[in-house]
Amino acid sequence: MLDNLDWSFYNWDVLSGFVLKGLQFSVMLTVVATLGGVAFGTVLALMRLSGRPWLAWPATVYVNGMRSIPLVMVILWFFLLVPLVIGRPLGAEWSAVITFIAFEAAYFSEIVRAGIQSIPRGQVYAGQALGLTYGQNMRYVILPQAFRNMLPVFLTQTIILFQDTSLVYAIGAYDLLKGFEVAGKNYGRPIEAYLAAAVAYFVICYSLSALVKRLHARIAIIR
Amino acid sequence: MERPMIELKNVSKWYGPVQVLSDCSTTIHKGEVVVVCGPSGSGKSTLIKTINALEPIQKGEIWVNGQPVHDPKTNLPKLRAQVGMVFQHFELFPHLTVTENLTLAQIKVLGRSPEDAKKHGLKYLERVGLLAHKDKYPGQLSGGQQQRVAIARALSMDPIVMLFDEPTSALDPEMVGEVLDVMVSLAQEGMTMMCVTHEMGFARKVSHRVIFMDVGGKILEDCPKEEFFGNPEARQPRTKDFLNKILSH
Repeated sequence: MLDNLDWSFYNWDVLSGFVLKGLQFSVMLTVVATLGGVAFGTVLALMRLSGRPWLAWPATVYVNGMRSIPLVMVILWFFLLVPLVIGRPLGAEWSAVITFIAFEAAYFSEIVRAGIQSIPRGQVYAGQALGLTYGQNMRYVILPQAFRNMLPVFLTQTIILFQDTSLVYAIGAYDLLKGFEVAGKNYGRPIEAYLAAAVAYFVICYSLSALVKRLHARIAIIR
Repeated sequence: MERPMIELKNVSKWYGPVQVLSDCSTTIHKGEVVVVCGPSGSGKSTLIKTINALEPIQKGEIWVNGQPVHDPKTNLPKLRAQVGMVFQHFELFPHLTVTENLTLAQIKVLGRSPEDAKKHGLKYLERVGLLAHKDKYPGQLSGGQQQRVAIARALSMDPIVMLFDEPTSALDPEMVGEVLDVMVSLAQEGMTMMCVTHEMGFARKVSHRVIFMDVGGKILEDCPKEEFFGNPEARQPRTKDFLNKILSH
């Protein structure tokens, strides 16, 4: 059966024309969603740990809400609802970027929260005892240590995020998967296209997790 | 009479229903060295942490150099910057070098320039005998060295009083001496110090007063060193019992 597969349509033109364009968007979406998600997620985590109900409550509702909804639904709803609110279409790509930042922030905030809580109480005391304010203590003492401890988990989440970017097919954004799909359609070879897509995702994600493993070992040595 | 450096008036604290400090009162004057001892669970560490408000209290008053620590309106970071504190587990910042540990709060809290802060910090690092280690990370130092850096870090802020919370309890026996040496020289220079410690040799040598606390956070004894060690018959039964235990070996 596998003899019937025809890979001949894959050449540089196809790869650069269809696939590369998709890869660019997937990578861009992953990077932007990670950076934005970590930034927004850190704010959410700090709100939840602030000890002030009026800050903690909205953040808790947001995080738990986001984590209880399938990503693909958030993508769809955002894509459909925002044009109604702002009165004009946002475009699949922009819509995907904003949705992913908002969604991933919920997950990153839980990682950041765990990271902050993993810093021993004594470190917090030490910073306070030196006269650092709450914000200074967070910025110079707690968060740098927390982020260092969290780095492997961050990267693991980023790998999941990269795989999840394929869900933008729901709103027709042109990502890596779409690149293969379009190429497959153009040449009437959908099976070969999806197989190649799987290989591409595997290679990218597997090399990234190998990197995480090495990083884990290095961080263990630093500690 | 000169204003006391530290004044505790009827300080009480609860964790939920459990009372951990019961009506503690004491006064520490400028230049005094006071040792706080007692069995574990007697609230010594909690008491010393209330003085720079690392632990909040529910009742009573705490004054540091005339500033009300118990008053919610008090600017706590500003107050804490004047009070040096040394912890049982050193609590150096592991992601910063020794020099950065010494300068961080000087720069961010006191607003010193990085150059001034470094010069000032290294002066104290030299004093504790560790100038050669200025570019290392805390993890590369022994426990005794880390604790001496921690003392230098506190001194770099030019504190008006130093609080020591069991500074030698987490150290290997052979490193206790090097830390006590630094503390002794500080005491002899006239630094106001409050030290939670079981090092009775230190208490005998440099302290002026000894406070003994017992379970439930009660201050059982608060008397001059000469009286505390010189007149064992006049001590409370709990104190005698405790001293027998820690001095018999």
